[in-house]
Amino acid sequence: MFKVASLLMTPAAKYLMLAFAILFPLVAANEYQVYVMATAFVWAIAVYGLNIITGFCGQLNLAHGGFFAIGAYTLGLLTADYGWSFWPAFLGALVMTAVLGFLVGIVSLRLKEHYFAIFTLCVGFIIYLLIDKWEELTHGAIGVRDIAAPYGFGLVDFTDTTPFYYLVLAFLVFAIWFMGRLSKSLLGRTFIAIRNGDELAQSLGINLMRNKVLAFVLSTTYAGLAGALYAGMVRFIGPEEANINHTFDMITYLLVGGIGTIMGPLLGTVGIVWITQSLQFLEEYRMIIFGPLLVLLVIFFPRGITGSFLTWMHRKSQALAPTKKRQENKVKTAQNREAESNA
Amino acid sequence: MLKVENVTKMFGGLAAVSDVSVEFEAGRINAIIGPNGAGKSTFFNLISGLHQPTSGRILLDGVDVTSLPSDQVARLGVGRTFQTTNLFEQATVLDNLIVGHRLRTKSGLWDVLINSKRLQREEKAARDKAMEALEFVGLTSVAGQLITDITQEERKRVAFALALATDPKIVLLDEPAAGVNPEETVGFAALMRKMVDEKGLTVCLIEHKMDMIMSLADKIMVLDHGEKIAEGTPEEVRNNPVVIEAYLGGDEDAAA
Repeated sequence: MFKVASLLMTPAAKYLMLAFAILFPLVAANEYQVYVMATAFVWAIAVYGLNIITGFCGQLNLAHGGFFAIGAYTLGLLTADYGWSFWPAFLGALVMTAVLGFLVGIVSLRLKEHYFAIFTLCVGFIIYLLIDKWEELTHGAIGVRDIAAPYGFGLVDFTDTTPFYYLVLAFLVFAIWFMGRLSKSLLGRTFIAIRNGDELAQSLGINLMRNKVLAFVLSTTYAGLAGALYAGMVRFIGPEEANINHTFDMITYLLVGGIGTIMGPLLGTVGIVWITQSLQFLEEYRMIIFGPLLVLLVIFFPRGITGSFLTWMHRKSQALAPTKKRQENKVKTAQNREAESNA
Repeated sequence: MLKVENVTKMFGGLAAVSDVSVEFEAGRINAIIGPNGAGKSTFFNLISGLHQPTSGRILLDGVDVTSLPSDQVARLGVGRTFQTTNLFEQATVLDNLIVGHRLRTKSGLWDVLINSKRLQREEKAARDKAMEALEFVGLTSVAGQLITDITQEERKRVAFALALATDPKIVLLDEPAAGVNPEETVGFAALMRKMVDEKGLTVCLIEHKMDMIMSLADKIMVLDHGEKIAEGTPEEVRNNPVVIEAYLGGDEDAAA
């Protein structure tokens, strides 16, 4: 058991996963499955953003879905109403979510813990209201149509599902790569120190506001990136993209996969999206299965799939390693191992 | 080294610390004692910048640090521990300590993106510093264990190591020996002595364990209701009638 499990910690495991992702469109039964997977990847990118501010930095941001919608709407409006082509509008969406993230961050991060969560809940709702009611800009409930697809420079046609799938996959790989690098860097450790406690972090010479705002801007930029890809994929968006339910969905993905881990957001998102898909035939009753499943998971794996697995692996390896090897193991740290195997 | 001049801290109408002046000399172990609620922890928070004094001045090596935020005070060389230290339970001891040296490094987001030479150098320095601090507190053997798997005493030592990894000149220790058994208490006393003797640090601690304080401290300050009621060597403090009075029980409590 342990030997099999430890194979998952080797670099080979991540290449295997990547190979599977690359081959998936070839083995998928139909185009719809590829589409579902691409959607899952888009959400996974957004969940990685949430993982930075909430998983690493410990600040529960409930406006995350709102920033996803801002990314989607920035891209949608720039291409549909202002005639921008996809890639400049895509950059515009990233800049927009980063700037708005900065402005919201410097105000909301003055609050701590629950107050921050409630404040951002309100920010998320205000974003929804703005999109729904500011009809001159956003077309209100009608939504935005005719959003441009990514321009393929004459090489690929991203209006097809499969090329778009690979585009999303490329961004996802970048998102995970950056997350892995961040997590083992001094900057990532700084975020984790803030999660452990404001006062302790300050006494270690960490400037709270600067680091929290940086984590917040990174997370909103991830959300904006995901939102822009989403708009380019479905090419029709409405105010529902800013619905608070999306934020709670993302929190669920994060908790199930493993908050504060590197592979957690991906496993949680892809896993739940597929479970939800396969329970479609039950329609509304699917929550009867899904609900208890979640409850069991939270009870028995409070750190999510990845987190619980890593802790278990670490204890096993400490217990099994011969004394001499254990000495070496000790210097090699758990975080590094995760980063090495997954990044 | 550290000079506190007429410092007062009001919380609403309540004076948590009232007109306290004291000077801590370099290379000494200074203890602060007093009954519960005497303002000891608030006093630490004022020095380390977590709270700003209502009035008075705090000087560190002649530099006025009164209104500096705590992260800047830490950078000037004030390390501290708390009564309880929240650590990253699911990470190893070493992982938890590496961030201790963060304040002496400069790498930012861009360094992470391009994995710059500076970042690599600084990460190595931070890791070395963490190992050095672990060795100093005698925890090298548990470097690779998860925080959740180590003992209470080891956690306290990790908190010490974290403060030491910041390269401080003075360390403020808030009840370092609370909740550990008598043998371990002796170990902590030896560790504090070692900080002064080997690293040349100035130690400042809050503690309730009188026998430990009396044998360890070079100088004791006694706070009661936010006011300094006595100051001096253990011998002087032990025989001070005001102190005995403050501890209510008379001889036995103050001397025990």
